Amino acid sequence: MTGQVRGEWPLYEVFVRGKRGLNHVHVGSLHAPDDQLALRHARDVYTRRNEGVSIWVVRSSAITASSPDEKDPLFAPSGDKVYRHPTFYEIPDDVPHM
Amino acid sequence: MPDVRTHEPDEHDNAYAGLLVNDVHWAFGTDFEDPLAGVDTTVPDGVDPATLATYCLMLGDDALVLSQRIAEWCGNAPDLEEDIALSNIALDLLGQARLLLARAAAADGAQVPALPDGSPVPDEDRLAFFRDAPQFRNVRLAEVPGGDFARTIVRILLFSTWRLALFEELSRSRDAVLAAVAAKGVKELTYHRDFAGRWFLTLARGTDESRRRLLTGLDELWPLWAELFETHDVERAAALAGVGVDPAGLAADVDAVLDQVLAASGVTRPVSGPLPGTALAGRDGQHTAEFGALLAEMQVVARAHPRGQW
Repeated sequence: MTGQVRGEWPLYEVFVRGKRGLNHVHVGSLHAPDDQLALRHARDVYTRRNEGVSIWVVRSSAITASSPDEKDPLFAPSGDKVYRHPTFYEIPDDVPHM
Repeated sequence: MPDVRTHEPDEHDNAYAGLLVNDVHWAFGTDFEDPLAGVDTTVPDGVDPATLATYCLMLGDDALVLSQRIAEWCGNAPDLEEDIALSNIALDLLGQARLLLARAAAADGAQVPALPDGSPVPDEDRLAFFRDAPQFRNVRLAEVPGGDFARTIVRILLFSTWRLALFEELSRSRDAVLAAVAAKGVKELTYHRDFAGRWFLTLARGTDESRRRLLTGLDELWPLWAELFETHDVERAAALAGVGVDPAGLAADVDAVLDQVLAASGVTRPVSGPLPGTALAGRDGQHTAEFGALLAEMQVVARAHPRGQW
Protein backbone atom coordinates (compact mmCIF):
# COMPACT_ATOMS: atom_id res chain seq x y z
CA MET A 1 0.00 0.00 0.00
CA THR A 2 1.40 3.38 -0.98
CA GLY A 3 1.04 6.71 0.77
CA GLN A 4 2.33 7.99 4.05
CA VAL A 5 1.32 6.45 7.33
CA ARG A 6 -0.75 8.91 9.34
CA GLY A 7 -1.20 8.99 13.08
CA GLU A 8 -4.98 8.93 13.01
CA TRP A 9 -7.77 7.51 10.94
CA PRO A 10 -9.87 9.90 8.85
CA LEU A 11 -12.83 11.57 10.52
CA TYR A 12 -16.38 10.75 9.49
CA GLU A 13 -19.63 12.56 10.26
CA VAL A 14 -22.53 10.28 11.20
CA PHE A 15 -26.20 10.83 10.35
CA VAL A 16 -28.93 8.59 11.76
CA ARG A 17 -32.61 8.36 10.92
CA GLY A 18 -34.93 7.21 13.65
CA LYS A 19 -37.81 4.80 13.23
CA ARG A 20 -40.44 7.50 13.13
CA GLY A 21 -38.22 10.24 11.79
CA LEU A 22 -38.51 11.86 8.43
CA ASN A 23 -34.86 12.62 7.76
CA HIS A 24 -31.33 11.77 8.80
CA VAL A 25 -29.97 13.87 11.62
CA HIS A 26 -26.34 14.53 12.47
CA VAL A 27 -25.54 12.71 15.71
CA GLY A 28 -21.78 12.99 15.94
CA SER A 29 -18.50 11.95 14.41
CA LEU A 30 -15.95 9.14 14.69
CA HIS A 31 -12.69 7.85 13.26
CA ALA A 32 -12.45 4.82 11.02
CA PRO A 33 -9.97 3.37 8.51
CA ASP A 34 -12.43 3.35 5.61
CA ASP A 35 -16.06 3.93 4.61
CA GLN A 36 -17.38 0.43 5.32
CA LEU A 37 -15.82 0.22 8.76
CA ALA A 38 -17.09 3.73 9.48
CA LEU A 39 -20.60 2.36 8.97
CA ARG A 40 -19.94 -0.50 11.40
CA HIS A 41 -18.45 1.89 13.94
CA ALA A 42 -21.42 4.21 13.62
CA ARG A 43 -23.75 1.27 14.27
CA ASP A 44 -21.73 0.35 17.38
CA VAL A 45 -21.32 3.83 18.79
CA TYR A 46 -24.50 5.67 17.84
CA THR A 47 -27.30 3.10 17.71
CA ARG A 48 -26.94 1.19 20.98
CA ARG A 49 -30.36 2.10 22.30
CA ASN A 50 -32.48 1.02 19.39
CA GLU A 51 -32.54 4.56 18.02
CA GLY A 52 -32.16 4.16 14.31
CA VAL A 53 -33.16 2.42 11.12
CA SER A 54 -30.70 4.04 8.76
CA ILE A 55 -27.15 5.33 8.98
CA TRP A 56 -25.22 7.60 6.66
CA VAL A 57 -21.52 8.23 7.11
CA VAL A 58 -19.70 10.94 5.21
CA ARG A 59 -16.01 11.64 5.27
CA SER A 60 -15.64 14.99 7.02
CA SER A 61 -13.27 16.23 4.35
CA ALA A 62 -16.11 15.87 1.83
CA ILE A 63 -18.23 18.41 3.69
CA THR A 64 -17.96 22.08 2.84
CA ALA A 65 -19.16 24.23 5.71
CA SER A 66 -19.77 27.94 6.11
CA SER A 67 -17.41 29.78 8.41
CA PRO A 68 -18.65 31.53 11.58
CA ASP A 69 -16.82 34.68 10.42
CA GLU A 70 -19.16 34.87 7.44
CA LYS A 71 -22.28 34.72 9.57
CA ASP A 72 -23.22 38.36 9.04
CA PRO A 73 -22.89 38.60 5.26
CA LEU A 74 -24.53 35.18 4.77
CA PHE A 75 -27.49 35.33 7.12
CA ALA A 76 -28.24 38.85 8.35
CA PRO A 77 -29.65 40.28 5.08
CA SER A 78 -32.59 37.84 5.10
CA GLY A 79 -33.75 39.12 8.46
CA ASP A 80 -35.47 42.30 7.35
CA LYS A 81 -37.29 41.09 4.25
CA VAL A 82 -40.77 40.63 5.55
CA TYR A 83 -42.21 40.14 2.05
CA ARG A 84 -40.58 36.69 1.91
CA HIS A 85 -42.82 35.37 4.65
CA PRO A 86 -46.25 34.03 3.64
CA THR A 87 -48.11 35.85 6.38
CA PHE A 88 -50.24 38.23 4.38
CA TYR A 89 -52.93 35.74 3.40
CA GLU A 90 -56.06 34.94 5.37
CA ILE A 91 -56.39 31.17 5.68
CA PRO A 92 -59.98 29.95 5.57
CA ASP A 93 -61.01 27.93 8.62
CA ASP A 94 -61.61 24.70 6.74
CA VAL A 95 -58.09 24.47 5.26
CA PRO A 96 -56.07 22.26 7.67
CA HIS A 97 -52.43 22.25 8.76
CA MET A 98 -51.13 25.61 7.66
CA MET B 1 -52.93 13.37 10.12
CA PRO B 2 -51.74 14.49 13.58
CA ASP B 3 -50.36 17.91 14.22
CA VAL B 4 -46.87 17.96 12.73
CA ARG B 5 -44.36 19.78 14.88
CA THR B 6 -40.69 19.36 14.23
CA HIS B 7 -39.00 21.91 16.45
CA GLU B 8 -39.88 23.64 19.65
CA PRO B 9 -39.65 27.41 19.09
CA ASP B 10 -36.23 27.85 20.68
CA GLU B 11 -34.75 24.46 19.95
CA HIS B 12 -32.73 24.82 16.78
CA ASP B 13 -29.53 23.78 18.54
CA ASN B 14 -30.88 20.37 19.53
CA ALA B 15 -29.70 17.84 16.94
CA TYR B 16 -32.37 15.38 17.98
CA ALA B 17 -35.27 17.79 17.94
CA GLY B 18 -36.31 17.32 14.35
CA LEU B 19 -35.66 13.63 14.18
CA LEU B 20 -38.70 12.11 15.74
CA VAL B 21 -41.83 13.96 14.94
CA ASN B 22 -43.44 15.24 18.14
CA ASP B 23 -40.96 13.32 20.30
CA VAL B 24 -37.71 14.96 21.26
CA HIS B 25 -36.77 11.98 23.45
CA TRP B 26 -36.12 9.72 20.50
CA ALA B 27 -32.46 9.35 21.53
CA PHE B 28 -33.56 7.33 24.52
CA GLY B 29 -34.61 4.58 22.14
CA THR B 30 -38.00 3.01 21.72
CA ASP B 31 -39.68 -0.35 21.66
CA PHE B 32 -37.69 -2.41 24.10
CA GLU B 33 -38.70 -6.00 23.47
CA ASP B 34 -38.09 -9.32 25.20
CA PRO B 35 -37.60 -11.92 22.48
CA LEU B 36 -38.25 -14.82 24.84
CA ALA B 37 -41.54 -13.53 26.19
CA GLY B 38 -44.26 -16.17 26.05
CA VAL B 39 -42.03 -19.04 24.86
CA ASP B 40 -43.06 -22.50 26.06
CA THR B 41 -40.35 -23.81 28.40
CA THR B 42 -41.38 -27.46 28.77
CA VAL B 43 -38.87 -30.06 27.60
CA PRO B 44 -40.12 -31.64 24.33
CA ASP B 45 -41.29 -35.28 24.30
CA GLY B 46 -38.71 -37.97 23.83
CA VAL B 47 -35.83 -35.75 24.90
CA ASP B 48 -33.67 -36.73 27.86
CA PRO B 49 -33.57 -33.63 30.11
CA ALA B 50 -29.95 -34.26 31.13
CA THR B 51 -28.88 -34.42 27.49
CA LEU B 52 -30.70 -31.22 26.67
CA ALA B 53 -29.19 -29.49 29.70
CA THR B 54 -25.64 -30.56 28.88
CA TYR B 55 -26.11 -29.51 25.26
CA CYS B 56 -27.27 -26.06 26.38
CA LEU B 57 -24.26 -25.86 28.69
CA MET B 58 -21.95 -26.58 25.77
CA LEU B 59 -23.33 -23.77 23.65
CA GLY B 60 -23.67 -21.48 26.65
CA ASP B 61 -20.11 -22.05 27.84
CA ASP B 62 -18.77 -21.29 24.36
CA ALA B 63 -20.41 -17.89 24.54
CA LEU B 64 -19.61 -17.24 28.20
CA VAL B 65 -15.90 -17.99 27.91
CA LEU B 66 -15.41 -16.08 24.67
CA SER B 67 -17.36 -13.15 26.11
CA GLN B 68 -14.96 -13.09 29.05
CA ARG B 69 -11.94 -13.13 26.71
CA ILE B 70 -13.27 -10.33 24.49
CA ALA B 71 -14.22 -8.30 27.54
CA GLU B 72 -10.52 -8.13 28.39
CA TRP B 73 -10.36 -5.51 25.63
CA CYS B 74 -12.73 -3.20 27.48
CA GLY B 75 -10.68 -0.10 28.25
CA ASN B 76 -7.68 -1.51 26.37
CA ALA B 77 -8.68 -1.35 22.72
CA PRO B 78 -6.68 0.67 20.21
CA ASP B 79 -9.41 3.24 19.71
CA LEU B 80 -12.70 4.29 21.30
CA GLU B 81 -14.79 2.89 18.49
CA GLU B 82 -13.07 -0.51 18.68
CA ASP B 83 -13.53 -0.55 22.44
CA ILE B 84 -17.26 -0.10 22.11
CA ALA B 85 -17.51 -2.54 19.20
CA LEU B 86 -15.66 -5.32 21.04
CA SER B 87 -17.61 -4.67 24.23
CA ASN B 88 -20.84 -4.88 22.25
CA ILE B 89 -19.79 -8.25 20.85
CA ALA B 90 -18.89 -9.48 24.32
CA LEU B 91 -22.25 -8.32 25.66
CA ASP B 92 -24.15 -10.03 22.84
CA LEU B 93 -22.36 -13.29 23.64
CA LEU B 94 -22.97 -12.83 27.36
CA GLY B 95 -26.68 -12.46 26.66
CA GLN B 96 -26.69 -15.68 24.66
CA ALA B 97 -24.78 -17.43 27.45
CA ARG B 98 -27.25 -16.28 30.06
CA LEU B 99 -30.26 -17.54 28.13
CA LEU B 100 -28.60 -20.87 27.35
CA LEU B 101 -27.42 -21.46 30.91
CA ALA B 102 -30.88 -20.58 32.20
CA ARG B 103 -32.34 -23.09 29.75
CA ALA B 104 -29.90 -25.76 30.97
CA ALA B 105 -30.92 -25.15 34.57
CA ALA B 106 -34.61 -25.21 33.71
CA ALA B 107 -34.27 -28.50 31.80
CA ASP B 108 -32.27 -30.32 34.48
CA GLY B 109 -31.60 -28.69 37.82
CA ALA B 110 -29.23 -31.46 38.91
CA GLN B 111 -26.25 -29.78 37.26
CA VAL B 112 -26.70 -26.47 39.09
CA PRO B 113 -24.18 -26.06 41.94
CA ALA B 114 -25.73 -25.89 45.38
CA LEU B 115 -25.40 -22.72 47.40
CA PRO B 116 -26.25 -21.91 51.06
CA ASP B 117 -29.99 -21.84 51.79
CA GLY B 118 -31.67 -18.60 51.00
CA SER B 119 -29.03 -17.42 48.55
CA PRO B 120 -30.77 -15.30 45.92
CA VAL B 121 -28.21 -16.10 43.21
CA PRO B 122 -30.17 -17.26 40.11
CA ASP B 123 -29.48 -20.64 38.49
CA GLU B 124 -27.67 -19.31 35.43
CA ASP B 125 -25.34 -17.31 37.69
CA ARG B 126 -24.68 -20.39 39.80
CA LEU B 127 -23.73 -22.31 36.68
CA ALA B 128 -21.49 -19.52 35.46
CA PHE B 129 -19.67 -18.68 38.68
CA PHE B 130 -19.68 -21.77 40.86
CA ARG B 131 -18.71 -24.58 38.49
CA ASP B 132 -15.11 -25.74 38.30
CA ALA B 133 -12.99 -26.02 35.18
CA PRO B 134 -13.69 -29.71 34.41
CA GLN B 135 -17.40 -28.96 34.37
CA PHE B 136 -17.11 -26.34 31.64
CA ARG B 137 -17.94 -27.67 28.19
CA ASN B 138 -16.69 -24.95 25.89
CA VAL B 139 -14.50 -25.51 22.84
CA ARG B 140 -10.88 -24.48 23.30
CA LEU B 141 -11.06 -21.81 20.60
CA ALA B 142 -13.13 -19.76 23.03
CA GLU B 143 -10.71 -19.97 25.92
CA VAL B 144 -7.21 -19.38 24.52
CA PRO B 145 -5.65 -16.01 25.37
CA GLY B 146 -6.65 -13.07 23.22
CA GLY B 147 -3.32 -11.92 21.88
CA ASP B 148 -3.22 -8.77 19.79
CA PHE B 149 -6.04 -7.09 17.91
CA ALA B 150 -5.44 -9.01 14.69
CA ARG B 151 -5.59 -12.36 16.50
CA THR B 152 -8.78 -11.28 18.25
CA ILE B 153 -10.35 -10.42 14.91
CA VAL B 154 -9.38 -13.81 13.48
CA ARG B 155 -10.87 -15.55 16.49
CA ILE B 156 -14.13 -13.63 16.28
CA LEU B 157 -14.33 -14.38 12.55
CA LEU B 158 -13.77 -18.11 12.99
CA PHE B 159 -16.06 -18.41 15.98
CA SER B 160 -18.94 -16.34 14.65
CA THR B 161 -18.88 -17.95 11.20
CA TRP B 162 -19.15 -21.38 12.81
CA ARG B 163 -21.68 -20.36 15.44
CA LEU B 164 -23.87 -18.52 12.92
CA ALA B 165 -24.17 -21.65 10.78
CA LEU B 166 -24.95 -23.63 13.92
CA PHE B 167 -27.58 -21.19 15.14
CA GLU B 168 -29.26 -20.96 11.74
CA GLU B 169 -29.92 -24.68 11.99
CA LEU B 170 -30.71 -24.49 15.70
CA SER B 171 -33.51 -21.99 15.04
CA ARG B 172 -35.44 -25.04 13.76
CA SER B 173 -34.95 -26.96 17.01
CA ARG B 174 -37.85 -28.89 18.52
CA ASP B 175 -37.13 -27.15 21.78
CA ALA B 176 -38.98 -23.84 21.63
CA VAL B 177 -36.56 -21.99 23.91
CA LEU B 178 -33.48 -23.07 21.95
CA ALA B 179 -35.18 -22.11 18.72
CA ALA B 180 -35.99 -18.65 20.09
CA VAL B 181 -32.48 -18.13 21.48
CA ALA B 182 -31.02 -19.21 18.16
CA ALA B 183 -33.29 -16.92 16.15
CA LYS B 184 -32.22 -13.95 18.26
CA GLY B 185 -28.58 -15.03 18.16
CA VAL B 186 -28.55 -15.24 14.37
CA LYS B 187 -29.03 -11.48 14.10
CA GLU B 188 -26.23 -10.80 16.56
CA LEU B 189 -23.82 -13.30 15.02
CA THR B 190 -24.47 -12.02 11.51
CA TYR B 191 -23.15 -8.67 12.63
CA HIS B 192 -20.19 -10.18 14.49
CA ARG B 193 -19.18 -12.12 11.40
CA ASP B 194 -19.61 -9.05 9.20
CA PHE B 195 -17.59 -6.87 11.56
CA ALA B 196 -14.77 -9.39 11.88
CA GLY B 197 -14.79 -10.05 8.14
CA ARG B 198 -14.49 -6.32 7.39
CA TRP B 199 -11.57 -5.98 9.77
CA PHE B 200 -9.95 -9.13 8.39
CA LEU B 201 -10.05 -7.58 4.95
CA THR B 202 -8.76 -4.21 6.18
CA LEU B 203 -5.88 -5.77 8.09
CA ALA B 204 -4.97 -8.14 5.26
CA ARG B 205 -4.89 -5.37 2.65
CA GLY B 206 -3.47 -2.74 4.98
CA THR B 207 0.15 -2.40 5.92
CA ASP B 208 2.89 -5.05 6.02
CA GLU B 209 2.67 -4.99 9.81
CA SER B 210 -1.09 -5.56 9.94
CA ARG B 211 -0.89 -8.37 7.41
CA ARG B 212 1.94 -10.06 9.27
CA ARG B 213 0.04 -9.98 12.54
CA LEU B 214 -3.13 -11.23 10.88
CA LEU B 215 -1.39 -14.20 9.28
CA THR B 216 0.39 -15.03 12.54
CA GLY B 217 -2.91 -14.98 14.41
CA LEU B 218 -4.54 -17.19 11.79
CA ASP B 219 -1.71 -19.71 11.94
CA GLU B 220 -1.82 -19.82 15.73
CA LEU B 221 -5.58 -20.30 15.95
CA TRP B 222 -6.02 -22.70 13.04
CA PRO B 223 -5.15 -25.88 15.02
CA LEU B 224 -8.27 -25.20 17.12
CA TRP B 225 -10.60 -25.04 14.12
CA ALA B 226 -11.07 -28.80 13.69
CA GLU B 227 -12.42 -29.19 17.23
CA LEU B 228 -15.48 -27.12 16.29
CA PHE B 229 -16.66 -29.82 13.88
CA GLU B 230 -16.07 -32.88 16.05
CA THR B 231 -19.32 -34.43 17.28
CA HIS B 232 -19.58 -35.21 20.97
CA ASP B 233 -21.92 -37.97 22.16
CA VAL B 234 -24.20 -35.42 23.77
CA GLU B 235 -24.34 -33.39 20.55
CA ARG B 236 -25.12 -36.54 18.58
CA ALA B 237 -27.91 -37.45 20.99
CA ALA B 238 -29.31 -33.93 20.92
CA ALA B 239 -29.27 -33.85 17.12
CA LEU B 240 -31.02 -37.24 16.93
CA ALA B 241 -33.69 -35.99 19.32
CA GLY B 242 -34.27 -33.01 17.06
CA VAL B 243 -33.28 -30.38 19.61
CA GLY B 244 -29.62 -29.92 18.70
CA VAL B 245 -27.30 -29.63 15.70
CA ASP B 246 -24.54 -32.02 14.71
CA PRO B 247 -21.58 -29.72 14.09
CA ALA B 248 -19.96 -32.10 11.61
CA GLY B 249 -22.70 -31.26 9.13
CA LEU B 250 -21.80 -27.57 9.19
CA ALA B 251 -18.30 -27.92 7.81
CA ALA B 252 -19.16 -27.52 4.13
CA ASP B 253 -21.17 -24.31 4.50
CA VAL B 254 -18.78 -22.75 6.97
CA ASP B 255 -15.78 -23.52 4.79
CA ALA B 256 -17.49 -21.92 1.83
CA VAL B 257 -18.00 -18.65 3.74
CA LEU B 258 -14.51 -18.66 5.15
CA ASP B 259 -13.03 -19.26 1.72
CA GLN B 260 -14.80 -16.15 0.45
CA VAL B 261 -13.21 -14.00 3.15
CA LEU B 262 -9.80 -15.55 2.60
CA ALA B 263 -10.03 -15.07 -1.16
CA ALA B 264 -11.07 -11.42 -0.87
CA SER B 265 -8.20 -10.82 1.56
CA GLY B 266 -5.61 -12.63 -0.52
CA VAL B 267 -4.87 -15.05 2.33
CA THR B 268 -4.29 -18.76 1.81
CA ARG B 269 -5.97 -21.23 4.11
CA PRO B 270 -3.50 -22.62 6.67
CA VAL B 271 -2.66 -26.31 6.47
CA SER B 272 -1.67 -27.04 10.07
CA GLY B 273 -3.47 -29.97 11.64
CA PRO B 274 -5.48 -30.05 14.86
CA LEU B 275 -3.90 -29.83 18.31
CA PRO B 276 -2.25 -33.02 19.49
CA GLY B 277 -4.19 -35.02 22.02
CA THR B 278 -7.88 -35.71 22.09
CA ALA B 279 -9.93 -33.89 19.48
CA LEU B 280 -12.85 -33.17 21.78
CA ALA B 281 -10.95 -31.93 24.81
CA GLY B 282 -13.06 -28.86 25.53
CA ARG B 283 -16.43 -30.58 25.20
CA ASP B 284 -15.22 -33.20 27.72
CA GLY B 285 -14.13 -30.65 30.28
CA GLN B 286 -10.41 -30.77 29.49
CA HIS B 287 -9.06 -27.29 29.10
CA THR B 288 -5.86 -25.40 28.43
CA ALA B 289 -3.55 -24.25 31.19
CA GLU B 290 -4.69 -20.63 30.91
CA PHE B 291 -8.32 -21.56 31.44
CA GLY B 292 -7.79 -21.76 35.19
CA ALA B 293 -6.66 -18.16 35.34
CA LEU B 294 -9.62 -17.02 33.21
CA LEU B 295 -12.05 -18.83 35.47
CA ALA B 296 -10.42 -17.51 38.63
CA GLU B 297 -10.77 -13.93 37.44
CA MET B 298 -14.34 -14.43 36.27
CA GLN B 299 -15.57 -16.17 39.40
CA VAL B 300 -13.64 -14.63 42.26
CA VAL B 301 -16.19 -11.99 43.26
CA ALA B 302 -19.21 -14.29 43.10
CA ARG B 303 -17.46 -17.08 45.00
CA ALA B 304 -16.45 -14.68 47.75
CA HIS B 305 -20.13 -13.91 48.35
CA PRO B 306 -22.22 -17.07 47.81
CA ARG B 307 -25.14 -15.46 49.60
CA GLY B 308 -25.14 -12.71 46.99
CA GLN B 309 -24.91 -9.96 49.55
CA TRP B 310 -22.17 -7.64 50.72
